[in-house]
Amino acid sequence: MRENMADFLTVDSLNKSFDGIVALENFSCKIKKKGILGLIGPNGAGKSTFFNVLTGFITCDSGKTNFMGTEITGKSADKIARMGISRTFQDLRLIRQIRVLDNILLCFRDQPGEKLRNTFIKNSLVRKKEKENKKKAVALLEYAGIADKAGSLANDLSYGQQKLLSITCCLAADADLLLLDEPVSGLNPVMIEKILSIISELPEKGKSVILIEHNMEAIMQISDRIIFMDTGKKISEGTPQEVRSDPRIIEAYLD
Amino acid sequence: MEYLLHILIYIGIYSILSVSLNLLVGYTGILSIAHAAFYGVGAYVAALMALKLHSPFILNLLLGIIAAGILGALIGIPSLRIKDDYFVIATFAFQVIVFSVLNNWVSFTSGPMGLPGIPQPDIFGLKISSHIEFLILVTLLAALVFWISNRVVKSPFGRVLKAIREDEVFAQSFGKNIFAFKLKVFMISAALAAIAGVMYATYISFIDPTSFTIMESIFIISIVIIGGAGNLWGSVIGAVVLVALPELLRFVGLPNAVAANIRQILYGSLLVIFMMWRPQGFIGEYFFKQESENQ
Repeated sequence: MRENMADFLTVDSLNKSFDGIVALENFSCKIKKKGILGLIGPNGAGKSTFFNVLTGFITCDSGKTNFMGTEITGKSADKIARMGISRTFQDLRLIRQIRVLDNILLCFRDQPGEKLRNTFIKNSLVRKKEKENKKKAVALLEYAGIADKAGSLANDLSYGQQKLLSITCCLAADADLLLLDEPVSGLNPVMIEKILSIISELPEKGKSVILIEHNMEAIMQISDRIIFMDTGKKISEGTPQEVRSDPRIIEAYLD
Repeated sequence: MEYLLHILIYIGIYSILSVSLNLLVGYTGILSIAHAAFYGVGAYVAALMALKLHSPFILNLLLGIIAAGILGALIGIPSLRIKDDYFVIATFAFQVIVFSVLNNWVSFTSGPMGLPGIPQPDIFGLKISSHIEFLILVTLLAALVFWISNRVVKSPFGRVLKAIREDEVFAQSFGKNIFAFKLKVFMISAALAAIAGVMYATYISFIDPTSFTIMESIFIISIVIIGGAGNLWGSVIGAVVLVALPELLRFVGLPNAVAANIRQILYGSLLVIFMMWRPQGFIGEYFFKQESENQ
């Protein structure tokens, strides 16, 4: 079991500062396969910076990250994504001026049609794969409960549906590790319930999740481990029960 | 009649230029002002081959396309790494460099004197010499360029281009190598523009560097924007409107010298009017300045 933990994702003492302001300080963590790790902490604690470093959008000053046996520190964001890490963004990114269905289609990995020469010399292969992907995309949208919006522009969805779509995009990418940045913030209780149930079903599908969330109830409900961060450092780590009774966290959050 | 055919041939040439530029401006969201450079390289390669080596038209056409594609890579590799306004300035610089080379490398390009007497196309014994024959050839080539561009934008590759246009970070977070996609489409766009250059050189039978200046690049951008960025038919409509409209000025009875100036004013005014009231052009799907409107 310990061996398995080390094999999936190991983050070893990451450091990152922006113009002298420390965003990550000796931050280490591990996540086991099929685990759900919750990251909590006040604004500016370095949670999103951690996501950005992990996914290659920001380079860290020092430290190492190992994902499924491969060192990913310093690799480009698109390369890391192709290795099986998908993420959502706190400021909710989607391709808003194309259809919902096309957003999903865009996110599938290893598409032969994205190679330009295939478009001209292996067009039947491209079409066949595109047809398969369309079926998969519709199935994913049905699973998420927004299949009726498949033909709408992503921009025309409600805020909650857009958040749902951004998670569905990660499902399309079939990533092994999903990093979800505030997946339920600002949503109504029905939508929160829906998104939490999708997230909690991910481990059964062999996926692991790290999520950032300020909604304590939600994160305690679905995480199997929680890390509390502040000023770039890990303050404490444990099961939701352990963390819930940590006086430092009660002080910061749960009072 | 000849006059009408002449206008239609020009519309064909500019359709090739605007459709190929639309791949960049409308679909990928990158504004290049080096398009006339690729247009010029196509024209000069074909003209020099025909004049100096007497090589056949089809070979010249292919070499023009390849040369512009390679130049596209040479310009694209450094400039596509930088973003937005800086990219525009970089392409501007390359446009000026290409013009300077054409203008100053006198021993090779004849410089400002230009290259006269470019032979008309001869396609496996089929001589293209009359206006109607040129129109047919230009139309076929424009249709080919349209077909290739349409295939590109409708493919999963094209879907990634649109994603890059809307949100590079999102596209990258789903594993798309932004630079590689941009470079490929930049090369294709450059290569297709060369086809227009080859047709222009063989049709007019004389070229000089002044046909391939920054003004020409801006004219092509105007066609794309007024026709509608992100819509290939828009580029054709834009070419029809912007090539045919100034011709109407001739019938108003203005002296030629005045008409030429009025034409520039007309393009500029149209561009301003469209940017203010109809940024998506006639039938475009992509708004310029969209992001700032959203935020």
